[in-house]
Amino acid sequence: MHEMSIAQGILDIVLKTAAEHNAVKISCIKLLIGQMTQVEPESLKFGFAALAANTIADSAVVDITIIPLVGKCNSCGQQFTVERYSFLCPLCHSANILVVSGRELAVDYLEVE
Amino acid sequence: MQIKVMTNILERNDQVAAALQERFKKAGILVINLLGSPGCGKTSLLEKTIKALKETLSIAVIEGDLFTAKDAERIEEHGVPVVQINTGGGCHLDANMIHDVLDCLDLGVLDMIVIENVGNLVCPAEFNIGEDCKVTVLSITEGDDKPLKYPLIFKQASAVILNKVDLLPYTNFDLKAAEKDITAIHPGVTLLPVSCQTGEGLEVWFNWLIKQVQIKKGKESK
Repeated sequence: MHEMSIAQGILDIVLKTAAEHNAVKISCIKLLIGQMTQVEPESLKFGFAALAANTIADSAVVDITIIPLVGKCNSCGQQFTVERYSFLCPLCHSANILVVSGRELAVDYLEVE
Repeated sequence: MQIKVMTNILERNDQVAAALQERFKKAGILVINLLGSPGCGKTSLLEKTIKALKETLSIAVIEGDLFTAKDAERIEEHGVPVVQINTGGGCHLDANMIHDVLDCLDLGVLDMIVIENVGNLVCPAEFNIGEDCKVTVLSITEGDDKPLKYPLIFKQASAVILNKVDLLPYTNFDLKAAEKDITAIHPGVTLLPVSCQTGEGLEVWFNWLIKQVQIKKGKESK
């Protein structure tokens, strides 16, 4: 379950950020998770809650936004939602596709007291 | 109060991975992150590769496994340096684990390190460990639905090995459909059907590896 490693990464980031701002309590953690990561949101929340016990993040709400998988064709410029993980341009069938979003694994912002 | 953070959660791992990559670059060593399910044939492929290439290339192996040293013992018999990492239940290797064992290897004499990751189609795909490229092994007996079920590990791989093609007549695995799905997920990926049992296709794999080593050493252009 790699969600535990990711939860540890989140905890490290939020505790460091909170300390830098002299926060005493972290109430909300906003995460951006791309559709093409293999993170299971419920496992991540469960893992985070376990790791955050006895820290200032122990009652934080973990709020996850899933970012859709979007590609952009480098040949014709078409931007499209990637369906069925097919990284071929639906317009010109080019295979030269840039992944615009969907691989995010980031802490967006914190709400602290 | 709201604090904007916008930090990549895997940043720390990626920093260690980047430092490893720099070390391998300086030493001119090609590093392969070998991925795939338990039982897909990663260790068998590695054994065949070492047997065929150990006179041509100086190879070392880092073996990732949850608890045992069974794979490392198999590799050791082929007379190449091997280091075991036990993750103690962890489902993937991370960059720190590689960093911690590197002093066990003499980087000055090596051409290639193959890191056999923990058998798993999910977690290892998310963690860079300083490799030049990921190679994913999928075997015929796992079923042709796997690429679409676990797309990331195929998207991240520079080469996908379809192992156990000798078993195609005994399964309902649709090779064409699997190849179509893999190339849709990763257009341009090197796709290598092989059988570690019969040796079919292995020569192509060996030549691919030799070429990657030459590219790494700057002896051949991409």
